[in-house]
Amino acid sequence: MGTFKKLLVLVVAFAIMASIVACQQPVSEPEQPQETKPVAETPSDKPAEPAVEEGKVFNIYCWNTEFQDRFKMFFEDKGLVPEGVTVNWVITPSDGGAYQQKLDETLLAQESAAADDRIDLFLIEADYALKYVNSDYTLDVYKSVGLTEADTADMYQYTKDICTDANGILKGVSWQACPGGLIYRRSIAKDVLGSDDPATVQAALDSWAKFDAVAAQAKAKGYYMTSGYVATYRTFSNNVSAPWVNENDEIVFDPSIKQWIAQTKTYLDNGYTLPYGIWDAESFNEAKVDGRAMCYFGPGWFFDFCLMPATLADSEAEAAPGNGSYGDWGLVKGPQGFFWGGTWICAAAGSDNVGLTREVMKTLTCDKDTLLAITEKYADFTNNVSAMQEVAASDYAHPFLGGQNHIAVLLDSAQSIDMSNITMYDQLLNEPLPAAFLDYFLGNITEEEAYDNFFTAAIETYPNLKRPG
Amino acid sequence: MPEKTERKTHRSVSYAKWGYFFIAPFFAVFIVFQLIPLLSTFYYSLFEYYRVGLKQIGPNFVYFKNYIEVLTGEMPEYALNTLIIWIMGFIPQILVSMLLAVWFTSYRLKLRGQRFFKTVIYMPNLIMASALAMLFFMLFSPVGPVNQMLTEWGIIDQSILFFNIPITARAIIAFMNFLMWFGNTTILLMAGIMGIDQNLFETAQIDGAKPFMIFIKITLPLLMPILVYVLITSMIGGIQMFDIPQVMTNRLGTPDRTTMTLIMYLNRHLTSKNLGLGGAVSVIVFIMTSILSVFVYSSLMRNYRIPREKAGTALFGKTKQKQSEVEVI
Repeated sequence: MGTFKKLLVLVVAFAIMASIVACQQPVSEPEQPQETKPVAETPSDKPAEPAVEEGKVFNIYCWNTEFQDRFKMFFEDKGLVPEGVTVNWVITPSDGGAYQQKLDETLLAQESAAADDRIDLFLIEADYALKYVNSDYTLDVYKSVGLTEADTADMYQYTKDICTDANGILKGVSWQACPGGLIYRRSIAKDVLGSDDPATVQAALDSWAKFDAVAAQAKAKGYYMTSGYVATYRTFSNNVSAPWVNENDEIVFDPSIKQWIAQTKTYLDNGYTLPYGIWDAESFNEAKVDGRAMCYFGPGWFFDFCLMPATLADSEAEAAPGNGSYGDWGLVKGPQGFFWGGTWICAAAGSDNVGLTREVMKTLTCDKDTLLAITEKYADFTNNVSAMQEVAASDYAHPFLGGQNHIAVLLDSAQSIDMSNITMYDQLLNEPLPAAFLDYFLGNITEEEAYDNFFTAAIETYPNLKRPG
Repeated sequence: MPEKTERKTHRSVSYAKWGYFFIAPFFAVFIVFQLIPLLSTFYYSLFEYYRVGLKQIGPNFVYFKNYIEVLTGEMPEYALNTLIIWIMGFIPQILVSMLLAVWFTSYRLKLRGQRFFKTVIYMPNLIMASALAMLFFMLFSPVGPVNQMLTEWGIIDQSILFFNIPITARAIIAFMNFLMWFGNTTILLMAGIMGIDQNLFETAQIDGAKPFMIFIKITLPLLMPILVYVLITSMIGGIQMFDIPQVMTNRLGTPDRTTMTLIMYLNRHLTSKNLGLGGAVSVIVFIMTSILSVFVYSSLMRNYRIPREKAGTALFGKTKQKQSEVEVI
């Protein structure tokens, strides 16, 4: 009897303990893969990386499905993933630095993690690329991953500059170059400027002064120049003359950013634009068939991946002219050339699938045919100079842009992108800046107070930074 | 086997050790998941300790520099924001709850469908705070239903940017807090009122007291312990206000950081892995919560206790017991 009781007590106690520990587990364990998908089997006659035994789980960290789509279509579906290897996608939205946080946590734990839990491949954006490029967590693309100089010879130089660390070592490659342009609504341009011809529109909008003048005309006709006050921000923040942070760790406002602040204040005061951010649904609403916004700013991926879905009246139906405002758009260089975004592929140190990463990089960023196919399918301005020159000279036409060849429009911008002023702080300084100044634009606070709020928020994010002395 | 059992019965049987045995899991979990983090928070609040990129800065011991920085910085402002938003929500919450509790428990009104209404007013509490915040974000957005209705009725001719005006942004957050918690408070107050001896109400009525007088002279004084409990828990909840403004303002505390609450401020330091400043903020919030709780509790209970003290020690002893009960809650 006594022993039985004891046993019972012990069992119950363990049960309670176990249930409590089990409840705590999700808290202590940060890693919950968002989506695990078994991979299609490769034909068995294909020799799959025979040299080294590679890991069975290929962990990819990214922030949206853009790369996933391309990976599936041009790599996985072609049977290039070796048999028995599972591709594990961990997708964390990049908003507010959430993706960087997730990546940091996992990378810092990389050494102690089990081989199959380690990051094998991750994606980064230009806005914070340097943080990872200048760290030991990324592998040398040539020496460690195994690409050759010849493989990357045809890439746009700026895409290599961004991912080259302080010692001149290339740490990541991209399949896209992201020169941005001004995307305009043809019907509104016709009404305001009398023509929707790209040459005429570009001539009317090739400087900020002219842009301001057209904004007033558009307003008079009941349109908005842009759909939101943040729309033009990238164009200014990309053309800065100095980095955000100087050598004393002080935050420096570039004249270009100040110009944006002054211009945007006028635009909101005069009703040339609306108080919405780039990603607000209200901003995309103005691209619908009855929308009143004339201009959007962005590169290929922006109008294809973000803007186009918003223009459709029926999202179920085929994206073709006649469906909403699809096809009623045009692309020109605009007042200033700029670039926006771009995604770089990095191999993580400690990965047990370096061979597979090399194949991914080779296929998706170096193979001209694949890049041409990506341009064809997704309108991406892909990262291959000769391929893009070919497309620019061809009769390639994008139906969303009313049959315009946007590659040709953006070709010059891509060559002239200058990346010398990027810092690792860019994303989390550029992202909250417009929001911090909105209070000033709407007249709630003074310009001084807006600067103050911005500095406060910036220093909360980066405690090592200082206000300008 | 029988020998063993016999030996056992010889000793005086103490079950106390089983008691300890059963509560041990709680303490084990408490120590690992609460006490150690708590103490390490205190510890790290004395250090300069943060991450820039993937580089770790510190920990460097800096005495109370972090505390000085947050206290002379903007933290008092965020404490004020939190207080204002909490009061804006709590006043209607306690008034509405009190009214509903009195109605629901009134033996004269005998409201029908009480069960239904009790369920309905409790409902908002079951919705996730972040979901509710998103819902209100949609409702009050510049092209949302509220603006559409106001425009349609001709009250406004241009959308009101509710989230860009300090007073409306705060009011919306306060309203959501009110909506989520008034049902809970009503049920607590009802329990309190039902605990009052019905004879007192009847006696008062026979003496000719009007309902309002009964409420002031009988219900309210006897409800005081529950009211104190509601006030304290709501205040602690208010200090911890986080999810609604965080989601609604996309963690920026816009406009002009007037909806930045204490915990949002803490969260901003924690997302940048600034354990030193974050620790300092946490410790200050902890101290504030303690002080406020003690202050509110003792000041309110004083009024409640005085007549009993005069009445004699026996009753006083009883109150004391009650007091400890409330503390346990």
